[in-house]
Amino acid sequence: MTDNIPPFDGRRWHDMGGDTAQAVPKDQHDFSLWEKRVDALMILCSAKGHFTVDGLRRVLEDMPPESFETMTYYERWIASIGQNLVEAGVLTPAEIGQRMSEIQTRGATYGDATRG
Amino acid sequence: MPHDHMSPSGHPFRADDDVPLSYWQAMEIAVRELLIEKGVTTAAEIASQIDAMDARSPANGAQVVARIWTDPAFRAAMQQDASAATAAMGFDIGPMKLIAVENTDTLHNVVVCTLCSCYPRNLLGLPPDWYKSRAYRSRTVREPRAVLAEFGVTLPDNTEVRVHDSTADMRYIVIPTRPAGTDGWSRDDLARLVTRDSMIGTGRAKSPEGLAGTDRPT
Amino acid sequence: MGMRPVAEFVRVRADMPPGHIRTPAYLRGKVGVIERTLGPFPNPEQLAYRHTGTPLPLHRVRFTMQEIWGPQTETPHDTLEAEIYAHWLDPADAP
Repeated sequence: MTDNIPPFDGRRWHDMGGDTAQAVPKDQHDFSLWEKRVDALMILCSAKGHFTVDGLRRVLEDMPPESFETMTYYERWIASIGQNLVEAGVLTPAEIGQRMSEIQTRGATYGDATRG
Repeated sequence: MPHDHMSPSGHPFRADDDVPLSYWQAMEIAVRELLIEKGVTTAAEIASQIDAMDARSPANGAQVVARIWTDPAFRAAMQQDASAATAAMGFDIGPMKLIAVENTDTLHNVVVCTLCSCYPRNLLGLPPDWYKSRAYRSRTVREPRAVLAEFGVTLPDNTEVRVHDSTADMRYIVIPTRPAGTDGWSRDDLARLVTRDSMIGTGRAKSPEGLAGTDRPT
Repeated sequence: MGMRPVAEFVRVRADMPPGHIRTPAYLRGKVGVIERTLGPFPNPEQLAYRHTGTPLPLHRVRFTMQEIWGPQTETPHDTLEAEIYAHWLDPADAP
């Protein structure tokens, strides 16, 4: 039994227009090569018809609310791209997981682990 | 690994790429390699897409603004069909549709995407982190003047603030008002007054006095 | 559903469906005027689930801040415009 949680009214967490919030944070990070690659994969996969930006957004919205705080923008994007590619039948979870395990043996950093 | 190390594809690693490989970075490598091996894309295509992304910057939008300020026929074309007018300048928005919203002495426009982070990337490059923040997405539609004040923009009561929530297939560029004291300026010089934030609506174009000495037109 | 004249009053439906929806919750139940009509565009509510999207008119709707947030809002006569798909709009009387 979940006490102290107000009954759900249908408004989903990503639908944040009008919510109360603090001052707009102005810090800006430089985009990493891996983040640019995530962005590029999204553009290319959608251009090639494997999924749509709507599918990308839908998976992002279906993530738990805390993901917006615990994951960076492009971390959420690669998670969404991966799921969309699985739904599209382009990749399987097993393929992704096995390749990730091999990648994690290549070295300690992104630079060590990426071949390209 | 030195911080200026280049990847074999020719793109530079950021200093932070020296931190321990994360789960999500490993996923990016895995997805990218698998897609290349399966022939969905190529390393060259990915690198080319990154180059195209890097080439897009607010300078593109500034060129559009400067032309609107100086070319009445182009301004009319932008009001009629901004996608076609900017495509003719070489800025293709693809399947989206561009709408240019002009600031006047009595109207100030500001753009937000409350639901995600829709942004006119072909004209302005990648969106700043603040545009994607919870605070900007939440507050701009409810208290735009307070948000604008945080960006140093205050507006009199007789100016209407109009917020555009980019909810669907449109993308928006704000056309800031042309600063005083710029009569006769070339389009390139005018473009240097147009900041990224002025094209989102969280800023104004710079005044001629706001340009650094070496940037001022001769 | 379909074409609507510019400046017609419309009310955003107050439904709260599950799934991928591009009508922000803060606008549901609010009355505005049609600023222009665009499209048709395929329905993102269907595209998001890998279905073909039915082509729908997309209406830009203008609201006053007072209508959205009530008379105590920051500046009641500031405005907001958003793109709303046709099936989310019903005819309305002038407020």
